[in-house]
Amino acid sequence: MDYSDKVMDHFYNPRNIGEIENPDGVGEVGNAKCGDIMKMMIKVENGVISDVKFKTFGCGAAIATSSMGTELIKGKTLKEAWKLSNQAVVEALGGLPSVKVHCSVLAEQAIKAAITDYCQKNGLDCQALTADI
Amino acid sequence: MIYLDNAATTRILPQVLEAMMPYLNEEYGNPSSFYGLGQRSKKAIELARESVADVICAKKNEIYFTSGGSEADNWAIRGAAYLGGQSGKKHIISSQFEHHAVLHALDFLEKEGYEITLLPITSDGFVDLDQLKDAIREDTCLVTIMYANNEIGTIQPISEIGRICREKNILFHTDAVQAVGSEHIDVNDLKVDMLSISGHKVHAPKGVGALYIRSGVALPNLIFGGAQESKRRAGTENVASIVGFGKAMEILKQNMDKNNEYVLGLRENLIDHILKEIPRTRLNGDRKKRLPGNINISFEGIEGESILLMLGQHDISASTGSACTSGSLDPSHVLLALGLSHETSHGSLRISISELNTLEEIDKVKEVLPGIIKKLRDMSPIWKG
Repeated sequence: MDYSDKVMDHFYNPRNIGEIENPDGVGEVGNAKCGDIMKMMIKVENGVISDVKFKTFGCGAAIATSSMGTELIKGKTLKEAWKLSNQAVVEALGGLPSVKVHCSVLAEQAIKAAITDYCQKNGLDCQALTADI
Repeated sequence: MIYLDNAATTRILPQVLEAMMPYLNEEYGNPSSFYGLGQRSKKAIELARESVADVICAKKNEIYFTSGGSEADNWAIRGAAYLGGQSGKKHIISSQFEHHAVLHALDFLEKEGYEITLLPITSDGFVDLDQLKDAIREDTCLVTIMYANNEIGTIQPISEIGRICREKNILFHTDAVQAVGSEHIDVNDLKVDMLSISGHKVHAPKGVGALYIRSGVALPNLIFGGAQESKRRAGTENVASIVGFGKAMEILKQNMDKNNEYVLGLRENLIDHILKEIPRTRLNGDRKKRLPGNINISFEGIEGESILLMLGQHDISASTGSACTSGSLDPSHVLLALGLSHETSHGSLRISISELNTLEEIDKVKEVLPGIIKKLRDMSPIWKG
């Protein structure tokens, strides 16, 4: 597989791996059928993602995109994190083989799922929180 | 580098390379040419033919060189289908875990109006003979079942299948690409009509193989043209590779039993260690009726490509049934045919050992694999330690 050095770095040394005790939001996406499952947990303080952890069942690209995804949203506001696109993750990793780009979509979905979960748990209107004014 | 993917391809042996060299250099004659240079090439390929025939107890004029296993499979299957079609018999029986060279050739025939029955596989990796008997019809023109599966290594009841087919007068082809390197094959005892062999699985170069066609089977050509291979397979012969193939088969005949014993020892050593040291793993396919070098194990909770990447850090090469390395979204059709879930199929690792591997290499795998599995499991949301 033609993975960039950055992808391999994030695979061998994943950032923010693990779980959060009492997470504020949890997003789990993907399924075993496809061979990719991502679980992201976030801690939110004053509308900012103060901590994020992930666990992933999947290939090199799946783990690397999860890891990069968490790095890109840590310390960001919910609105900024919501805006994170899969292309941004791919670019930050220096590109992915075309057959692996779908893994980055999963990372984007996991983040959105975690934020949605946070909003639901706190009775917040996700649309309002993450929309552009 | 620790190379443990011998089911994918094997290294060319030094003696094989040495045998090939003149035919890549000063012996460049076309075997169909009248003069000495050509005739020497011709003689060399005829000697190679004998060596290949010898390994499977065939007559030398029953061996036809091809560009490899895929061509041999396609030739046998499309040729037999043609013969069947000529007498109104358009039903073919095969199995769900064949190599794609067989399955995709059958897909094409299906579009051409043939009916294909793909027999299911038992949970330990075998074709069921009763199901085969039940599947046979008046209009069955071909049975094609692989000798040993490339992913899980299980060895099929070929002589029983041969007996059944011979009784019913149905052509029987077997893709023996993975089996020739370790199984004692006598095509007459087995009652096979056609058998595929691939050079690069037996320490010969890539791009060469053979189809055994029993005398009397009037299989039409796949490739038309010049008079090569007794007019049955046209194209100027790949002399150097054929010579290499012949040499490799000669060496194989001498060393097969010794190699098997050695490789089996390494395999059992590694399987025992993995099953003992790493929890929640399963060996896919029967342990005993299995190619001596084949290991296929699923590790619960993690994915195969990740295992390969981690092994790659230690310069260990193997393979997986995970979809992620195949470019499709489905994991190995072989593992799914075994009845494994998608998840278990994605989490599989195939290690295939050859006589060139050493105990030190196996020890290295034993040393690093448990840690790799643990690290990946700690990262997995579906592993509940």
